[in-house]
Amino acid sequence: MLTKNSRLLWNGLGLVFLVVLPFLFPGYKTSIATEIMIFAVLAMSIDILAGHSGRTPLCHGAIFGVATYVVLYYVTVAGGSVWVGSLLGILAGVLVAVIFALLAIRTSGVYFILLTLALGMVVWGVCLRWTSVTGGENGIRGTVRPDWLSDQVSLYYFVAVCFVILTYGMWRFVNSPFGLTLKGIRESESRMRTLGYDVSTHLFIGFTVSGFFAGVAGALYAFFNSFVSPSTVALAQSVEGLLMAIVGGAGSLLGSIIGSALVISLENAVSLYTERWLMVLGFMFIITMLFAPQGIVGAVKSLAARYRAGSAGQ
Amino acid sequence: MDRRSFVKTIGAAATAVSAGSLARTASAQSSGPIRIGLLAPLTGVLAAGGKELVEGFELFWKQNGTTVAGRQIEIIVEDDASNPDTALQKARRLVEQRNAHFLVGNILANTGLAVAEYVKGNGVPYFISVVAADDLTQRKRIPNVVRVAGYSASQMPRPLAEFAYKRGARKIVTISQDYTFGHEQCGGFSQTFTELGGTVVQQFWHPLNTADFSPYLAQIQSSGADGVFVMETGADANRMIQQYANFGLKGKIPMYGAMNLTDQSVIRTLGPECGGIFSSAHFCEGSDNAQTRKFVTDYEKAYGKLPSLYGFSQYACAMWLNEAMKQVSAKVEDRPALLKAVNSISLDNSPLGRPVKMDRYGNPIYDVFIRETRARPDGKFWNVPVEVVPQVSQFGKYDPETYMKQPSYSRTFQGIKK
Repeated sequence: MLTKNSRLLWNGLGLVFLVVLPFLFPGYKTSIATEIMIFAVLAMSIDILAGHSGRTPLCHGAIFGVATYVVLYYVTVAGGSVWVGSLLGILAGVLVAVIFALLAIRTSGVYFILLTLALGMVVWGVCLRWTSVTGGENGIRGTVRPDWLSDQVSLYYFVAVCFVILTYGMWRFVNSPFGLTLKGIRESESRMRTLGYDVSTHLFIGFTVSGFFAGVAGALYAFFNSFVSPSTVALAQSVEGLLMAIVGGAGSLLGSIIGSALVISLENAVSLYTERWLMVLGFMFIITMLFAPQGIVGAVKSLAARYRAGSAGQ
Repeated sequence: MDRRSFVKTIGAAATAVSAGSLARTASAQSSGPIRIGLLAPLTGVLAAGGKELVEGFELFWKQNGTTVAGRQIEIIVEDDASNPDTALQKARRLVEQRNAHFLVGNILANTGLAVAEYVKGNGVPYFISVVAADDLTQRKRIPNVVRVAGYSASQMPRPLAEFAYKRGARKIVTISQDYTFGHEQCGGFSQTFTELGGTVVQQFWHPLNTADFSPYLAQIQSSGADGVFVMETGADANRMIQQYANFGLKGKIPMYGAMNLTDQSVIRTLGPECGGIFSSAHFCEGSDNAQTRKFVTDYEKAYGKLPSLYGFSQYACAMWLNEAMKQVSAKVEDRPALLKAVNSISLDNSPLGRPVKMDRYGNPIYDVFIRETRARPDGKFWNVPVEVVPQVSQFGKYDPETYMKQPSYSRTFQGIKK
């Protein structure tokens, strides 16, 4: 375990890194960093369910994308303010999460995965076919950023501030007494029930909170992307978020951040060299699952533990 | 070696340039190579088309050398994965990391629209030759987005509607893929056909990737129509043509197709079942025009197949850009001058076979061919010209301002005159 002081040190270093990043990686790489943070929030929101509650969802792309759609629709089509739009977008994300949660929380395991997959596909279908509102295949486009966020660096700092607050919020949530009950449910549902916890309500709240964070990420994505189409709510988006959480290390928020950074930077780096970049990513996922099933954070932890055990034995 | 960034040079010049030095991006000055960012779907649903897009573009520079007014040309190819979010990301990278002077390419409308939104903000010229979404050069026009050797979806089917009416069709059934590209092409046909006095008996919209067309074919058969307008792309087009023949409708109800239906990318794998279909387009691979013939022969020699829409559009686009860059003495950093040159060129000797000019909205005015699919002596099918309709703009016979007051074509608005 990290001591309190060393944790403070690492967090401080992380914050300093976030502040100086645009100077270290100017230009296009700053925008990649912005994207990484947005997807890290999505991956962490998925991890609240997948890693901390033992329920693997495949619908968070839909929640994320609904928020993006609402922000873009409200600002570019209805002509409203971006802040009201963001609020509505997040609310829409939460609403979708509430509906999904009501339908899905009573299931677990593979049934939960399939049910959330189906629910996500419904949203995708609606976005694809409801052309008069969503623009169908072509989606909705338009810049929603206010002027002071128009350049890349200021957008980066804006997203970075949101990212820090959201990460702290999620960290507090999963480590709160309530968050611990979710972990309890992950370990043994029947034991929690015997102890007198209302498992369904707890999962419902966990799902809704997770949806809230996915919605915020979606709203930020509208700022970043200025464009939304059915591919944003598609299954691939949910899968990508989940892969980030798993590759980095499910059950650890830091893992989701690392996973997001790894997947997005690899996507960008590998596609420079080969048009078969998807294949390279696929192999990376397979190798991670084979050699580090706990994800990168899990692998580092167990390596560290082995090292410590080794040095203690001498 | 960075194999996605390559320079094609003639002869010995090629060896003088090492790939390593190309990967380093120079600052945006009037020196160094002209960097063209080419976006193409090399993976995903349109991977085959994307490959032909790159082939068409490369063929031109292979034949004509990669220097314009003394300046090298570097083509940087990026995969848009047939996905708008990826397309946007790659466009960002081309402009911000690779310092591309302008962007070219994309196939799917949604990828094109995403990139267009991006360049709207930063003014980078973006030249599209396949992305056909109407509004890009109409109601939501962006001055730095120009359809170089491209077309608007509803532009081509209008002359076909006139042709069908002239041939005696009065009652038409339409069948189209249910997405914007389909709505727009079908709208162009339906509006013109009904305004001439014909009727659209029924319109079918089916989801992309329909395996079985028999329910629609049965209804087409019993509809009493004397013509059917078919808008299909890719595998759907392939299946539609085959099933139409299997159902026994071929030869009974004439088929009028949007240009993708009988594009080489579809009919190159088909036999006699694809004969006798009428379509309209700005290119006709079976034309006996000298330029077209030369291009088709060269393309066939280079890649072992007849050029498709993706191949010829991108070749003509490269030719067009070459002329424009010559006009501005390769000073591509001067965006207004480059855009002005692109918009004012009249391309006379292209494989399209007829002179082409831009309208005031960044969309070319073409002499449109009415084409029929016929067999070549070697048994391969291709499109041969039946008629030429001169000077067809994206607005057809309408006044642009009045036209743009009507809504965009959609499932619910097809411009049908009752």
